[in-house]
Formats: sequence, structure tokens, C-alpha cells
Amino acid sequence: MSTARYEYLLRFGDNALILSQRLGEWCGKGPALEEDMALTNVALDLLGQARLLLSLAAEAAGNGADEDSLAYHRDDRAFRNVLLVEQPNGNYADTLARQFLFDAWSSLALRRLLSSSDAAIAAIAEKAVKEVSYHLRRSSDLMVRLGDGTERSRAMLQTAIDKVWPYSHELFIGDAVDAEMTAAGIGFDPASVHDEWLAYVREVFAEATLKLPAAGGWMPKGGKQGLHSEHLSKLLAEMQVLQRSHPGASW
Amino acid sequence: MYAQMVDTGSPSATSLDEREARFQSRIDDGIRVEPQDWMPDRYRKTLIRQISQHAHSEIVGQLPEGNWITRAPSLKRKAILLAKVQDEAGHGLYLYSAAETLGITRDQMVDDLHTGKAKYSSIFNYPTLTWADVGAIGWLVDGSAIMNQIPLCRCSYGPYARAMIRVCKEEAFHMRQGYDIMLALCAGTPEQKAMAQDALNRWWWPSLMMFGPPDGDSVHSAQSQAWKIKLFTNDELRQKMVDQTVPQAEHLGLVVPDPAVKWNAERGHYDYGDIDWEEFYNVVKGNGPCNRERLEVRNKAWTDGEWFRDALVAHADKQAQRLTAQAA
Repeated sequence: MSTARYEYLLRFGDNALILSQRLGEWCGKGPALEEDMALTNVALDLLGQARLLLSLAAEAAGNGADEDSLAYHRDDRAFRNVLLVEQPNGNYADTLARQFLFDAWSSLALRRLLSSSDAAIAAIAEKAVKEVSYHLRRSSDLMVRLGDGTERSRAMLQTAIDKVWPYSHELFIGDAVDAEMTAAGIGFDPASVHDEWLAYVREVFAEATLKLPAAGGWMPKGGKQGLHSEHLSKLLAEMQVLQRSHPGASW
Repeated sequence: MYAQMVDTGSPSATSLDEREARFQSRIDDGIRVEPQDWMPDRYRKTLIRQISQHAHSEIVGQLPEGNWITRAPSLKRKAILLAKVQDEAGHGLYLYSAAETLGITRDQMVDDLHTGKAKYSSIFNYPTLTWADVGAIGWLVDGSAIMNQIPLCRCSYGPYARAMIRVCKEEAFHMRQGYDIMLALCAGTPEQKAMAQDALNRWWWPSLMMFGPPDGDSVHSAQSQAWKIKLFTNDELRQKMVDQTVPQAEHLGLVVPDPAVKWNAERGHYDYGDIDWEEFYNVVKGNGPCNRERLEVRNKAWTDGEWFRDALVAHADKQAQRLTAQAA
């Protein structure tokens, strides 16, 4: 089994896991009861996707690993998620801006994976794309309602978007793993979804009366290769505490 | 989740006028009261208090368990806990809706919670210190809740009774997931088993307190029972809980932290020791370990979310104006 396929599965699995972990932090603290339930639903969907992808990655590793050993016994340098998903929740506008940019990308990425030559990956994508289409509908709708809501909500959302925007670039930067997966017909070239993503984001922002941040500038990257922000190691310290402090225990 | 601690005002059987007598006789005949029906003010007020306390308990109850979502020890446990805490939010939502049929708004109820005017189940003022507490809450706290709520599926107020049917189904699952966590811990390492015992030690008494004061001190029970919004007394329900739970603890290999617990063949029930009611009233008054923190978290979530709620309303207004302008 190729190392590239393992790496590739980790990237998608870790994106879903880490974003789900962030959303789980909101549970019980949302701005309205309905939001609390909806955001938890998104967290649950992402967690479900993460479990499928990490289980498949564990199978690919073939070393007795499973979803839990991958989630709980890797250090941050072994995580392959993009920097975007590990960014702290901030206020609710920050959380929603991060979610919208991710959903818009994830929905396109999963559509590409539907035609993967790897049947197991295509099957996961088929399940996940239905969920993410709903997430995107919801996060797009909230961009519009909050952007075109009050002056305050527009300002908060614009600030949130400007802040998180630089982290979106990494989604579209390919490397050797992407190239190998694309050549094998398993994956896709990340750059190839950029224009469609941008067109969609632009359309939603226009309706939401939000400004698209200027191109260029600071473009942090490295998450896909295991070089993260300071935030990830703290997130993992919290997430992994029981598994790490009770080695070998079953729960 | 909810404690039987509801003040019914000042009932008096002799003051029933004719309408009240008719109302009572419909209840006696097992006819459900629906929102459009006439009902005595005291019935309405008591139910608003009871249902909203129940709703608040679901909402505040998200916090102690939510405390462990980010640290759940496996992805499967994390998924189950997320779904479980989400269910509790859903229960809050049905219950607020049921209470709204009695003529109060959700905003008013939420405000009463945040200002400390309304109560919620005092059990949620205890901290969840270890993962085993998540198991103990499912097993004991949701177990007590079911005991209390299954009869409410047959209570006299239609919207409440119907909400309870779905709530009870979900609570039964919650209890099983809690017991399943305890089973795994008790079959685990000595440290895990000790964690389970410690959780039982800390949650046992507060769970028994959830049913409210002893019958002798529960002065308003009679009216609520006549109205069929309370179908068993606090002590009856508490006894059921003890009878159900003691064998479950034995099956886990855990010891109930009450040396007085003993099967009484004559009564056909387990005897149990005296409950520290001073602790109960103290927590109800706001002096439990987490009362302040729980309310602070709720208040902060509400205040921090104000811009969000305002924006949705503003957007809806704009949309409505646009539609009107289009139509004109």
C-alpha cells in the first residue's frame, strides 16, 4: 500500500477530526439553542467522516493501527490537517467564517473524490458529500444573514473573514502526495478547485454585502506536511489526555 | 432532567368554583388538557414553572457533560456523547415550546433562568471531575430522570405529555450509554475501576436528592397529584430508583456509598440511609459547587450571542420589507 495514499487519507481525516474537535468546544455555549444543536450536528457529521477516513488510513498503514490510535497517539507533527481547521474558535463570527471557507472547499473536494478510482474513498465521499452540502447551505445562509444583518454583525463577520482568509490558501497548494494521488486517479490537483471555490465564495459574499479580501499577502501553509500553528498541540493535549494518561486502557 | 421541587401556590379544595370542578372532573376522567382549553390560573402557573424548570435543567445539564466532549477517550465515545448532549438541547427546545403553549415566551423563561429567578435541577451544580462522571450521570442522573418522567407521559397536559414520550425514549438510551461507560471502566484497569467507584460515591446522594424533599415536607404534592401533573410521590420514585440501581451497582462490582442499603424482604424494597437535606437545600439556594459557574456560562453565552440573534432578526425584517416593496 502506498505511503502517499496513507498520507492522503490522513489529510482528509485529520481535517474532519480537528474541525469537529473545535466545534465540540461550542457545545452548550452557542448564541441560540437552535444554533447549538445545528453546530453540534455539523461536529457529529465531521466526526463520523473522520472515523471512516482514519479507519481506512489505519487499514492502509497495516501496522495494527486503528482510528483511536491515529487520533490519540500521534503528536502534532504527525497530523496532516490544514492550518485553517486548527485555528481557535474565537467568537461565533470567527467560527462561522472558518466553517464557511472550509465547507465551500470540502464540498468541491468531496465531489472530486466521488470519481476516485479508489472505491473505498469514493464510497466515503459519497456519504460525506451529502452532509457537507447541507453544512455549506447552512454556513452560506448564515454568511448572508449576518453579513446583511446589522452594522455590527457585518463588521464582526468582515473582521472574522479578513482574519481567517490567509489560511484558505493552503487548501489549494499541491505537493508530491497530491501529484501521486492525482496521477493514480485516486485524488485531484488541489489547485484545480480554486477558481470554482473563489467564484462561489464571491457570489455568497456579494449577496451578504461582505468584501472579498484582497489577493496576495501572507499565506501560511505547512499543515498538510505536519508543520502546524502553536494551537494544534494544545488542542491535542486536551483531546488526547485520557488515552495518554492511561496507556493501554479500553474505554 | 428535572427535580420535583415545584411550588403549586396555595391550593384549597374547598375554593373550587364550578368551572374548576368541571376542569377537575375532566382530569379525573383522563381527558387531556389542551392549550385552547380553559384551565385554572394555578394549574397554568404551576405547569409553566414545572415545564420551564425541566427545560432549564436540560439546557444547564448540557454543561457538565459538555465539559468532557473535547476529552472523550475514544472517537466512538465522543460521537455518542456529542449526540447525547445534543439530545438534551433538543429536549430543552421541545419543553420550552410546550411551556410556550401556556402563554409565556421562551425569552421570558430564559431571562428567568439567567437572573436566577427560575430554578433548574440542582444536580447540575455538581462538577464532572473525571470521565467516569459522564458514565455516572447517564446511569444515575438520567436514570432518576426517567423514573420521574415516564409517568409524565400520562400527565394531564397534552403538550407536556407528548413531549415527554420522545424525551423518555432518548433518556432511556442516555441511561444505557452511561451504564455502558461504567461497565467498560469496571472491566478495565484498577485506576479505571477506582474512577468509577469515586464517581458513584459522589453522584449517589445527589441523584437521590433529585426526586425532591421527603413526602412529609413536600406540601404541594397533593394538588399536583390531583391535577395529574405529578403521578407518584417523591419518596415513591426515590424508592424505585434505589431498587433499580442497587443491583446494577452490584453487577458492576461497585459499592453504593451508603452502609444502610440493605434488602428488606418484608417491604420488598431496599432500605437506605438518611439523605442530607441540608446539602440539598443549600445547593438549591445557590451554594452548590458549580451554581455560580453554570449560570455565568449560560449568561455569557447569551450575552455573547446577542449580536447574532439581533442580526438574524434584522435580516428577516429586511427580507420582509423587500418582499413588501416588490409586491407594491
